[in-house]
Amino acid sequence: MSTMGAAFRASVPVMFGYVPLGMAFGILFQNLGYAWYYAPLMGLTVYAGAAQFMAVGLLAAQASLFEVAISTFILNSRHMFFGVSLLSRYRARGLKKLYLIFGLTDETYSLITSTHPPDGHDEQNYYLALTALNQGYWVIGCALGALFGASVQFDTSGMDFALTALFMVLMLEQWKKLREPYPFGVALLCGLMALWLFREQMLLVSIGLSIALLLLRTRIRQVAS
Amino acid sequence: MNDTGYLLLVFLVMTVATFITRLIPFVAFRDRGDHPLLMYLGRYMPPAIMTLLVLYSLKSLDLTQAPYGINELLALLLTSVLHLWRGNALLSIFAGTLFYMAAIQLGWFV
Repeated sequence: MSTMGAAFRASVPVMFGYVPLGMAFGILFQNLGYAWYYAPLMGLTVYAGAAQFMAVGLLAAQASLFEVAISTFILNSRHMFFGVSLLSRYRARGLKKLYLIFGLTDETYSLITSTHPPDGHDEQNYYLALTALNQGYWVIGCALGALFGASVQFDTSGMDFALTALFMVLMLEQWKKLREPYPFGVALLCGLMALWLFREQMLLVSIGLSIALLLLRTRIRQVAS
Repeated sequence: MNDTGYLLLVFLVMTVATFITRLIPFVAFRDRGDHPLLMYLGRYMPPAIMTLLVLYSLKSLDLTQAPYGINELLALLLTSVLHLWRGNALLSIFAGTLFYMAAIQLGWFV
């Protein structure tokens, strides 16, 4: 199988999540009254699901650019944590590396850290293919929603559960690789706590707290030995 | 400023702001990817983040109202059991998603 073929196979679940979600965004965006092609253009340039949904509200309210910048930065600040665990994985250089970083969504991060290219294939090209395919699904979804949103006959509600199922499967794959309960248990506790107390910034809070607890463990181990 | 100009400026500002959040660790820890602590995080963060993403993707679920998350619970159980049994990611995800779509669209558990 080619590198692209393997990446496609791994990314099919993301397609089933991103196309309907992108369509939902496209439909919402169309209510603002801009030409349809601005929806996929936003998927191509901004490329951040939650932030694009937030932007519809900001655009409708004619929010200031400063407000747009700050709210986007805060909403996406959880992405800062992703890169920390990819430093040794991303070996590509130049534009390739910049594109890998640009396209680092939750779903792309999950596939890159939990799946592998077939033996003998270049890892960096596999990562690039995953990143580009995922962005492609998102852009196509945005375009379809903006173009045909209102007239879609097929009921896609529930299709984005594919992303929940994907995260579940990748979590099980991580478990098979690691077989240590600590990071899973820490995340479960931090996640439930954050859902309860900080629902709006759930990921930022829970990832930050989980990292702190992971680091605390190595520190305790160092002191103990 | 015309409307399209404003729209394009918003795109530009959001593109830069989003990219910066993704770029920061690569700039801050440039050439330090082999530091033991960062290697440690590279190993233990993915399992923690995958667990958190499962929870996050269910964020809008209201467990205090009928059907109390039963659709999500059953779909995730089906996905997990299939995956532990057959080890085929696509099969597990498709089965779980199809089950979920059918359950909510046909109102199996209301």
